[in-house]
Amino acid sequence: MSKPRGGFAGFRGRLRSRGKLDDETWDELEETLLLADVGASTTAVLLDQVKARAVSEKVRDADALPGLLEAEIAAALHAGADRSLQRASSGPSAWVLVGVNGVGKTTTIAKLAAREVEDGHRVLLAAADTFRAAAADQLVHWAERLGVEIVRAQEGADPGSVAFDALEASVSRGVDVVLVDTAGRLHTKTNLMEELKKVLRIVERTPGALQEVLLVLDATTGQNGLTQARQFTEAVGVTGVVLTKLDGTAKGGIVLAIEAELGVPVKLVGLGESAEDLVDFDPAEFAAALVGANEEDE
Amino acid sequence: MFDTLSDRFDGIFKKLRGKGKLSDADVDAVAREIRLALLEADVHVGVVKRFVNEIKERAVGEEVTKSLSPGQQVIKIVHDELVSILGGATGKLKGGSATPTVVMLAGLQGSGKTTVAAKLARHLEKEGKRVLLVAADLQRPAAVEQLRVLGERAGVPVFSEATDPVAVASAGVEEARRLGRNVVVLDTAGRIQIDADLMDELARMRDAVKPDDALLVLDAMTGQEAVNVAETFAATLPLTGVVLTKLDGDARGGAALSLKEVTGLPIVFAGTGEKLDAFEAFHPDRMASRILGMGDMLTLIEKAEESFDADQAAITEAKIRKGEFTLEDFLEQMQQMKKMGPIQNIIEMLPGMPKELRDADIDEGELGRVEAIIRSMTPAERRDTHLINGSRRARIAAGSGTTTTQVNAVLKQFAGVQKMMKQLTKGGKKGRRGMQMPGMPGFS
Ligand SMILES: Nc1nc2c(ncn2[C@@H]2O[C@H](COP(=O)(O)OP(=O)(O)OP(=O)(O)O)[C@@H](O)[C@H]2O)c(=O)[nH]1
Ligand SMILES: Nc1nc2c(ncn2[C@@H]2O[C@H](COP(=O)(O)OP(=O)(O)OP(=O)(O)O)[C@@H](O)[C@H]2O)c(=O)[nH]1
Ligand SMILES: [Mg+2]
Ligand SMILES: [Mg+2]
Repeated sequence: MSKPRGGFAGFRGRLRSRGKLDDETWDELEETLLLADVGASTTAVLLDQVKARAVSEKVRDADALPGLLEAEIAAALHAGADRSLQRASSGPSAWVLVGVNGVGKTTTIAKLAAREVEDGHRVLLAAADTFRAAAADQLVHWAERLGVEIVRAQEGADPGSVAFDALEASVSRGVDVVLVDTAGRLHTKTNLMEELKKVLRIVERTPGALQEVLLVLDATTGQNGLTQARQFTEAVGVTGVVLTKLDGTAKGGIVLAIEAELGVPVKLVGLGESAEDLVDFDPAEFAAALVGANEEDE
Repeated sequence: MFDTLSDRFDGIFKKLRGKGKLSDADVDAVAREIRLALLEADVHVGVVKRFVNEIKERAVGEEVTKSLSPGQQVIKIVHDELVSILGGATGKLKGGSATPTVVMLAGLQGSGKTTVAAKLARHLEKEGKRVLLVAADLQRPAAVEQLRVLGERAGVPVFSEATDPVAVASAGVEEARRLGRNVVVLDTAGRIQIDADLMDELARMRDAVKPDDALLVLDAMTGQEAVNVAETFAATLPLTGVVLTKLDGDARGGAALSLKEVTGLPIVFAGTGEKLDAFEAFHPDRMASRILGMGDMLTLIEKAEESFDADQAAITEAKIRKGEFTLEDFLEQMQQMKKMGPIQNIIEMLPGMPKELRDADIDEGELGRVEAIIRSMTPAERRDTHLINGSRRARIAAGSGTTTTQVNAVLKQFAGVQKMMKQLTKGGKKGRRGMQMPGMPGFS
C-alpha cells in the first residue's frame, strides 16, 4: 500500500475551500472526529445530532457546521457539571491520583501541589508508588522544588502503609491537602487493582478525608481510554479525570465517551512538564480545539 | 469479539443467499463492518480507508460467498492481510560494524523508553553482548536514578553525568569504548513531536553518536496520533524500528498497523509488563488477531506449552481416558495452572469470552481453599474419595482450616467432574485437546 496523502488537515482548515453542504462535507466532519480519537460510535451520535440541527435550522452553508459541532460537543460534555476539586469541611482533603503506567500521575501531583501552595494551603505528598524504580525519588525531587512535605517509604514497602502514615501526619500537622501518588497499573491486572482498593480503604479510615479520586488519562490514548475509565471507576469510584499531554497534537476525544457513559467529569488538563502547566478543563475550549483539529500546525 | 465480528459478517452474507449476486450495498455493508472493527482498534482513519478499499473486493469474492461460513472467511482474509502488512523480521536489531554499536531510544513522554532501555540491555547481554546503558534524560526528575536502579537490576552498568544530553550521549559512547563494552543503549528524554527545541536536541544527539539503530518506543494504547508521531520522529532520526510497549493490557493496538503502513518500519520488540523479563520479539500474527479483537490465543497457547510438563500431560490424558482421574491428578493440574499466572489473566487472553466471565472476580482465595482441603487428605484418600467418611471429613476440615460443609462441596464438585470426564471419553476423542479456533487455520 502507498504512503498516505500528506497530513490530515483539521476540519476548519479543509472547509475553507468549500461552501455547499454535501456528502463530502459530512465525511470530512466524520474524519475530523475520528482523528481526534472520539471513537466510531460517539462520532455517529454526534454527526446525527449535527445533521438533525442542520435540517431543523435549515443550514445550507458548510461554514456553519463547525459552530454546530462545537455546540453539540460542549453539550455532550455536560456543560453544567461541577468540575471543581472537592475539599473536606474540616481536616485534610485527600486527593488520590490513579491511572495506567506513564500517563502523568506524579507530574500532575506536582502541578496540583504548586497550585495549592500558591493558594496558601499546606500540602503533603504521599509517595505511595513504592513499586516503580525511583518513583519516590521523582516525587521527592518535586517536593523539594516546591517546598512541600512528603511521606515516603522504601521501595517495595506496602503502599497502604505510606497512605496511612501520610494521612496520620496530615491530621496531626494540620495539612490542608494530601496528594497521594499511586503506582501506574493497567486496569486488567486484578491483583494491582485490589492493591489500589486497599490504599483507598486506608485513606477512607480518616473520616471525611477522601475527597477526590482522579483518573489521569494521557490525551494520546485511543479507544482503550474508555475501558480504563470504566475499570478504574468500577474499582475505586473515580470522581474526575485529568487529561494530560494536551500540549501535543492529540485531542483526547475519548473523554466525550467517558463523560457520556460514566458521567465522570474531566476536571483538569495537563499542558506540559512544568509545575505550572495545569489548567481547569473548559468544555467550550476543548470543543473548539477538537473541531479545529490540526489547523494551526498544517 | 471474534464471535460477534464473524457473526456480523455471517449475518450480512445470510441475507445474500439465494440472491446469487452481491449488490453494491451488500459489498458496502461488509466493508463497513471491517472499517468499524479497525477503527475500534485505533487504526488510523486514513490507513483504514485504504485498507478497506484494497480488501473490499476480495472480501466479497466468489471464494467467500460460496463458502459455508463466509463470516470466518472474511476474517481470515482480513487477518492474513494484516499479518502481511505487520510482518517482517522481528526481534533483531540492524546493528553495525563499528564498536561500540549504538542503539538510541526515542519517543513521547511516558511511552516506556527507560524501561525498554533496561530490558533491551538485559536481552542483549543474554545474547552475549556487553552493554553500557547511557542515561541522557536530564530533564525528567529522577530519570537518571530510575535507569540506575533498572540497570542494577539488569546487571548492566549505567553511565551519566550532569552536563547536557548531547554531551552525555557522546561521553557515553567514549566511556563504552574505554570500558570495552560493545553496545551502547541510549535512553533519551520523552518529547512531543512538535516541540521544535527538543526535536532539534534529538537531531544533535543523532549527529553526535551516529546511531546504528534508532528505535521509536510507542505505547500500544496510542490512538490516531501514532501516525503523526511516527512520521515526525522518522523525519528527525534514521529510525530502524519500533518497540511497542504495554501490550500486557487490553488495548487492541491498531497503532501498530498505522505505524507499519505509514513508515514501513519493522516492529522489532514488544513490551509486555513492567518487569525486565517482560520483553519479547514482536509477533505479527498475534497482533493481527488482537487488532481484530480475537484475543491473544497464541500467547496463551505458548504459555500453556511453557508451563505444562508434556510427560505429565500425557499421563493425565491417559488417566482421563481410562476414567482414572483422581484428586491427586487434580492437585497436579492446579499446580500447573498456577504456573501460567493468575487465572484472571488467562481468561482475559481467551477470545470471545463472555463479558460476565471477563468481569467476574475470580476468587483465587477459593482456589487456595480447595487446594488446602486436598492437601489435608492422605494420598490414599486422594486416589479414592470413597474412603472419606464422616470422621475423616472432620479431620480434613480441621487440617485445612475449613468446615466439613466446604469439604463436602469439594468432594461433590469433584464427583461431578469425574462423571463428566467419563461421559466425554465415552464419546470418543472429541474435545481432548481443546483450544481450537473454528475455521482459523494456523490457530489450532
Ligand atoms: N508534554 C507533557 N508531558 C507530560 C505531561 N504530564 C506528564 N508529562 C510527562 O510524562 C512523563 C510521565 O509522567 P509521570 O508523571 O512520571 O507519569 P506517571 O503516571 O506518574 O508514571 P508511572 O508512575 O510510571 O505510571 C514524564 O516525562 C512527564 O514529564 C503533560 O501534560 N504534557
Ligand atoms: N504494564 C506495562 N508497563 C510498562 C511497560 N513498559 C513500561 N511500563 C511502565 O510505564 C511507565 C513509564 O515507563 P518509562 O520507562 O518510565 O517511560 P519513559 O518513556 O522513559 O518515560 P519518560 O522518560 O518520562 O518520557 C512506568 O510505570 C513503567 O513501569 C510495559 O510493557 N507494560
Ligand atoms: Mg508516577
Ligand atoms: Mg524515561
